[in-house]
Amino acid sequence: MTTSTDRPSNLIDRLYAYFDSPRRQMLLLVGIVLVLAIMPLFMGRYTTTIMTNALLYVVLALGLNIVVGYAGLLDLGYAAFFAVGAYSIGILTVQFDWNFWLAIPPALIAACMAGVIIGGPTLRLRSDYLAIVTLGFGEIVRFGARNLEITGRASGLSNIPEPNLFGYVINSYVDFYYVFLLLAVLAVIASHRLYHSRLGRAWLYVRHDEDAAEAMGINRVRVKLAAYVTGSVFGAIGGIFFSVNLGAISPESFSFEQSVLILMAVILGGMGKIHGVILGAFIIILGPELLRELGELRLLLFAVIMLLIMLMRPSGIWPERRH
Amino acid sequence: MPALETFLQAIVNGLVLGSFYALIALGYTMIFGVIKLLNFAHGDVYMVGAFVGFGALSLVSGVVGAGWTGLAIAVLISMIAVGFLGVVIQRVAYQPMLSAPRLSILITALAVSLVLQNGALSLTEGSYKAFRTDLGFGGFEFGRLFISHQAIVLVATAAVLMIALEFFVSRTMYGRAMRAVSIDKDMCRLLGINVNRVVAITFLIGSGLAAAAGTMAGAYYGSIWYFMGFLIGLKAFTAAVIGGIGSITGAMLGGLILGLLESFGTQIPFIGSEWKDVFTFAILILVLVFKPTGLLGKSEVERM
Repeated sequence: MTTSTDRPSNLIDRLYAYFDSPRRQMLLLVGIVLVLAIMPLFMGRYTTTIMTNALLYVVLALGLNIVVGYAGLLDLGYAAFFAVGAYSIGILTVQFDWNFWLAIPPALIAACMAGVIIGGPTLRLRSDYLAIVTLGFGEIVRFGARNLEITGRASGLSNIPEPNLFGYVINSYVDFYYVFLLLAVLAVIASHRLYHSRLGRAWLYVRHDEDAAEAMGINRVRVKLAAYVTGSVFGAIGGIFFSVNLGAISPESFSFEQSVLILMAVILGGMGKIHGVILGAFIIILGPELLRELGELRLLLFAVIMLLIMLMRPSGIWPERRH
Repeated sequence: MPALETFLQAIVNGLVLGSFYALIALGYTMIFGVIKLLNFAHGDVYMVGAFVGFGALSLVSGVVGAGWTGLAIAVLISMIAVGFLGVVIQRVAYQPMLSAPRLSILITALAVSLVLQNGALSLTEGSYKAFRTDLGFGGFEFGRLFISHQAIVLVATAAVLMIALEFFVSRTMYGRAMRAVSIDKDMCRLLGINVNRVVAITFLIGSGLAAAAGTMAGAYYGSIWYFMGFLIGLKAFTAAVIGGIGSITGAMLGGLILGLLESFGTQIPFIGSEWKDVFTFAILILVLVFKPTGLLGKSEVERM
């Protein structure tokens, strides 16, 4: 057993140790954001689109991280919230000709309601039951989207209008890159603030010892529900901008595989740690791009890595050090 | 009387479906009983069973043909091979995680599931494989009601396997040990029961039953693919929950109930086949919310 006073032996651990202080982490994050902010100047269309996707995954993974990493609840149907956000926008703007910005609040409310509907009755259950119910819920949402008239059945919805911000139409790929960069930064700030809030500490207690937390006066069902709803809002925000970015959505974008990829991003980098989750999201999106010839083996490779991480380094690639 | 025939046909279809669910649900419930783990990989073990059975049948069909004998041998080979695969999974992935937080072992189980699924995807390039047999399409006809020989053999085989399991669990030494381990593992250790071996045997039997179901499902439906274990795994889990997780009789009962419910559910015009799967999940959620202990399960307090 090494204690935190030991000098870390290898280079990577020393690097982590160096970035252990909150100030250095903040500087690192600001540096990364600045680099990301000027990157479109040097990147082509293809690279920018991939990076936009990675930033979307940062938002989604940070949202799922609140549920899995902070509150310790395994959600296997996270893509459902992503779908609720995307489809709410799609339905309101395409079927009812709403303005995009006006459609955002109903979309967020729909996501909150979905979180309460699925979380409310099930959060009292065993944690593994919750995992399977969320999986079932994810599938129900996808089946619903595939079978309902209003969601455009299997072909989905297309021609989702581009958002107009005070006369400026957000439509180029660079515009959307910055939109997602902004969302990712907001998600990081929100995650950070939540982690250090009263609610964040309550999540920590519930995760470590539910009974003890309850004995200390924490209402565990309410606290878990809060994690669930917060996570669903993150997912919905990702879905809202995902739908306008692509301009078209279909049920297969919200499959179980999608939920699994987001979960992998959370686990690869390290559950509960913001910097780890960001790293995980980038690995999930950029990894396959760097290893193009992998093709179908991509998911197998990630699955094997995920298994090895759980067995050998359960706290992820970039773990949090105990103080 | 077409209404009566439709009704009887739904019962026959429901029994076939229910046999598959029950065989898989048994694995969920037994494994849950001994190590309190919801084995997410169990549906994929069923899928691997189908592929191993498929491979075994292609091997033996040259000697004994792809008829009933060939299929019986394929089922046996698949049960043994996949049973040991189950033991390997338990030893490699679950054993080291038993003292870890529950979230970690759940994620490990999910990772095992994904490894199996994507391993099969890479090996088969994601295509359906035609599971050809020479079982023929014979059967008994009663007016418009048709009961195929395959359906009868399948349900009978499932019944024999379940009776054998019931006998094993209630009468033999390891069966008793298994029940004891599911009640109190530490006490079993004190009394000199080799808990690790009991857990291994549980995985062996549970995975073997899933493999039998997989091979028979392949032969019955005529095609297999890497993703076939996902939905049926979820449904079998639903069956285990309906019967009461941890209860062996409950898993059999739950499997049959779910098979019949689904078979009748698709007869209701409003639900139709496109909503069939939603119907199952709705049942799962309702049972979990209103009666999480299922029909025959015992209530228990979760220990994180």
